[in-house]
Parts: sequence; structure tokens; C-alpha cells
Amino acid sequence: MDLAAIIIGLAGVMATAAPVIFATVGETLSERSGVINLSVNGTIILSAMTSFAVAVSTESLFLGFVAGMIVGALVALIVAFTSLTLHQSQVAVGFVLTLTTASLAYFLGNPIMGLSGPRVRSLPLPLLSEIPILGPLFFQHTPLVYLSYLLIAGAWFWIFKTRPGLMLQGVGERPAAAFARGGNVRRLRYFYTILGGALVGLAGPTYSLGVKAGWKGTISGLDGIGWIALALTIFGGWDPLRAALGAYLFALLQWLGLVLQPSLPGIPSQVLQVAPFPLMILTLLLVTIGNADWVSRTLAGLPEDARRLVTRGLRSLYVSPPAGLGTPFEKE
Amino acid sequence: MQRESSRLIDLGFRFSAIILALLFTTLVLLVAGAPPIEAFRHIILGSVGSVGKISDVLVAWVPLLLATAGLLVTFSAGLWNIGIEGQITLGAIFTTGALRALQASSLPPAASIAVAVLAGAVGGALWALLAGALKTYGGVNEIFGGLGLDFVATALTLWLIFGPWKRPGVGSMSGTEPFDVTLWLPLFPGLRLSPWALVIGLGGIVVVYLLLQGTYFGLKLKAVGRNHRAAFLSGIPTSRYMMLSFLICGSLAGLAGAVQVTAVYHRLIPSISSGYGWLGLLVSMLVNFQVVPAAFVAFFFAALNIGSIQLPIVLKLDSTLSGVLQGSLVLFVLAMEGARRRLVRLREG
Repeated sequence: MDLAAIIIGLAGVMATAAPVIFATVGETLSERSGVINLSVNGTIILSAMTSFAVAVSTESLFLGFVAGMIVGALVALIVAFTSLTLHQSQVAVGFVLTLTTASLAYFLGNPIMGLSGPRVRSLPLPLLSEIPILGPLFFQHTPLVYLSYLLIAGAWFWIFKTRPGLMLQGVGERPAAAFARGGNVRRLRYFYTILGGALVGLAGPTYSLGVKAGWKGTISGLDGIGWIALALTIFGGWDPLRAALGAYLFALLQWLGLVLQPSLPGIPSQVLQVAPFPLMILTLLLVTIGNADWVSRTLAGLPEDARRLVTRGLRSLYVSPPAGLGTPFEKE
Repeated sequence: MQRESSRLIDLGFRFSAIILALLFTTLVLLVAGAPPIEAFRHIILGSVGSVGKISDVLVAWVPLLLATAGLLVTFSAGLWNIGIEGQITLGAIFTTGALRALQASSLPPAASIAVAVLAGAVGGALWALLAGALKTYGGVNEIFGGLGLDFVATALTLWLIFGPWKRPGVGSMSGTEPFDVTLWLPLFPGLRLSPWALVIGLGGIVVVYLLLQGTYFGLKLKAVGRNHRAAFLSGIPTSRYMMLSFLICGSLAGLAGAVQVTAVYHRLIPSISSGYGWLGLLVSMLVNFQVVPAAFVAFFFAALNIGSIQLPIVLKLDSTLSGVLQGSLVLFVLAMEGARRRLVRLREG
């Protein structure tokens, strides 16, 4: 394989990671505020179908994308309402929604299966796209890929460098303290859950009007992506930068699966296609194993130098969720 | 008196949840441009319209019942065993493996089938223990550990079907080579239902009922689920109890997979678990984790699944309508339960 082919492949990785990044950053914002939206997998499927249907019937890509985001926001609104206002379990509601929205997508999308529809064109950025290697790698994409770059940086900046971002962290970590500081915990949680949902809903059309154009029902290849996004949110330690890194890693693994296929004739192609999924989720083991009691007990038995080294290694990987994640907050 | 009226209110909320779910599904049908009454009629006729249809519903009921029974145990311990799909799949893989190994042996077919069904239970249990170990010793949330293992199970099935266990000639999505009729669980004459499968399914739910309602083990397990820390402080070995609940759930899920192979498909197919694990999670949530109602709701959900098979045939609609109805039913029941509690709080406070 020559350099040009590798660059084209890696550019493809940047493009296929974009929808995963939208979903992961959306979920990160939602969970930062303390709400788990477990419906991501179904939401992506339903928003992909809806936006494709809207784009086909209105011949407008823009309306398609808007429709996808509205679907995502509406599903998130259901999660927020049932958990924040009606005090039902976020995990239960999210799980039911992930199944229901997927069924809904397959049912309603039946008549538009296999239709040809519009597709977002790539827009090489002037000057930047001329740079050797980096140009074709990063700057000869659709506007959505550029949006994914902006979103990673913007979300990181918002969460860690602005005053409202500080309040967002507070609402997720110590809702009572954030409330005492004048934050309207419930309203902020509603806001970030719906905003996060809209971003998840953006992932759908990024597939159906972009990287996996069209709607093919259950073989659209979208099932599972949402679970990956949820896993990446944890893997990323609720930090958009680290989560995006995970998304690129996942896209890279998928690409490697395709590239390596001819050289591994013993493994059926179906296996290589699903291989990145368990790999991504099992990396969670690496970032969470520091929580386990037996690890600290074993570490205590090691000689001083070794223990310090292992502890440092684990701590650099270790993540911990916002303390208020999934728990309701009632002002007294 | 007070009690009586709150019970009525409770029933009223549940009933309205069902009405809302039906209205929502009707709306979905109208959006799809389909005649709602006609669609519902075909679902009902397609599920309980004849003895053959009812027996088909029971064929779907058995694995769903086994999955639900298992999930009630893990839910009692406060665990979301989303890995159940993979556990059903592993059960099917182990059963297929055992049958393949035994079909050439001199063992009587009945003994081969029995060994294969037990192997299925072991396969499901091993897969569940893996998810349990990731949770208790690795700190990996059981939802994501379980999902990862679901994906691994799918990959494993595909690898077996296209690799070592492929049909003579070329492997295909239709699965492995079907077993000889002597290795099938015997069926009721003229039906697709096996009395043995029914026995396994009912046995599973009865065992779970006795376990949860009548034993110290069940009581302690619920204590772990209700308040993990308090249970630990009162001397219950919580990790061991969580692992045991995974073990029981995995065995039952494995049995579901074994039934799918020995009584339904007679071979390993790519989607052998048929989504019964997911559906079992919905059933458990809908009945608020009560064993006896779970058996009835599982039957109802199985009937919806079988009845909706008519939709693509008769009305050119997708059969996933059953998923829409099942999901919206659980969602509205959860929402109405929240609304009821809110109302009670307002009245009292």
C-alpha cells in the first residue's frame, strides 16, 4: 500500500469519526449535567431515517439535518421529562427509548428503503487543503467534518474555560452547591439534555445524508454506533478532547478491519466488521479497573517503586463520572 | 377506604397508560398510511386466531419466559444484565457444539439432547459470569461490559457459521447444517411446539418464583439490590451474591438458547437470540419486576411478535410495529407511574 492510499484511508477515518463525535460530545454534555441519555443508539437510527425521508421529499439537505436534530432533541426531552419531572429511572427510560425509536425507524422507514437521495458534497478549504499530506487528510472534507473539529474544541472550551461551563460541571458534580450558588439545577439539566440530544440527532443525518448515504432498514449499519458513543463518553472521562480521541481510534479500527481483510483469509469479513465494537467497550476495563478494591489491595502488597509506577499508570487512564450522574435533585 | 381509592387510582393510571400506547401506535400507523383497525385485527388473528397460531406464540413464549425469569434474578440484585442477548447466543453455541460432537457417537438421541441442553445452560452461565467478573472485579459497568460481550457473541456466531462450522460447500447467513430429526426435541403432532420446551420454560419461571419468594437467598439478594452498602455492612457477601445472580440468569438465558437450537431452528443461525433478551428487559420493567405478572406479559409480548408477522404479508408493513407497541407501552407505564407518584405527593404535601 502506498502513501497516497494510506492518506485517503486516514482521511476516510476523519470522515467516519465525525458522526460518532457528534453523538459522543452530545452525550458528554448531557452526562456532565447529571443526566444519562441511554437512548443514543435508537436516536441515531431514527434521526438517520427521518432526515433521509425529509431530505428526499423536500429535496433540501438543510431541512433533513434540522429534522434529525429535532428528533434527537425530542427523544432527549422525553428522557428529561420522565426522569427530572416524573422521577423515573434514567436508565430504564433511556433503554426503552433506544429500542422503541429503532423499531419506529424500521417501521416508518420501510417505504423509503433503498431510495436514492441527496448527499452532502465535500468542500475543500481554500489554501489549507493545498498543504501536502495535512491538506488531503484534514481539509478536503464535507462541512460536517469541519463542524466536528469545531465542536470538539468548542465543547472543551465551554466546559472547562467558561463561567456557564463551570456551572455545568457544578450541576453534575454537586447539584446542591450549584443550587446554592444560584443555578437552576433542573432547568440547566433540561437544557443540556436537550442540547446533547440535538447533537446526537445530528449524527443520524451525518450518516444517512453523508458517510453512509441512504436508508437501508436494518442493514443500514447504524445499529451499535450509539452504544459505542456511550462507551466513548466514559472512555473519554467526560472530556470532549479525550472522547474525540476515542472516536478516531474507533474509526481507525473499523478502517483497519477493512484493510486487513485480504491478508487474513482465515477470518470471515463479518467478524472483522464487528471486531472494533467489543474492543472499544473492553477498553473501558482499562479506564475503570482502578475503581476495584482488589486492585488497590494488590497494589498495597507491591514493593514501593513498582506500586508508585503502576498507580501512576492507572491514574493517568482512570476516569470517574460526575458525582451527581443519574441521581435526582430536589430543592428543599 | 383510603386504600381502596388509591388502588382505583393506581388501576386508572395503568389503564390510561395502555390506552395512550394504543393511541400512539395508531398514530404511527396513520403516519405510515396504513389502516389501524385492519392492522390490529391481523395482529390478533395472527397470534390467537387458530390452534396453530397459539402454539407459535408459545414457541416464542418459552425463550422469552426463560430470559425474563433470569433477568428478574439479576434485577433483584440491582443489576442491569444487558449482556443477556450474548448469554442466549452462547447457550445456543454450546448446545450446537455439543450436538455436533455427539451426533456421530453411539449415545441414544435423548441423552445427546439432554447433554446439549445442559451444555447450553453452562455456556450462558459462563458468559454471564464474565460480565459479572468485569462488573465486580473490573469496575466495568455491567451495561457496557454486557454489551461488549453481546458483540463478541455475535462475532463468535458469525465466525463459527462462516468458518469451522460452515455448511458443506460455502457458509451462508442461513446458518449451519440442520441436525438430523432424531436430535430435535419432539414436537406436538402437527404443531411447531415442543412439550419439552414448555416444561423447560415453565420450570425456569417456577424455580425463580420459589427462589425469590421463598428462600433466604432471595431475601438477601433483594437486600443487595435495594441497598448495596447496608447489605454489605450487615454481613452479606455482596460480590458473591451478585456473581450468583449472574450465574442463575446466565444459566436460564443459556437454556433459552438451547431451546432455540433443539426445538425451533435445529441449527445455529446468525440471530439465534431473536431479541428475546431485549424483550425480556422490557417485560421485567413493565411488570415492576414481579414474577407472576411477568409470565402473562411475556405471553402477551410473544403474541404481539408472532401476530405482527402478518403485517408484511398482508399489509406490506414492517413487522417492527410490535416493537413500537411494546416499547411505547413500557414507556407510558413508567411515565404514568411517575405522574401517579407526583399526584400522591401533591395530595399529601
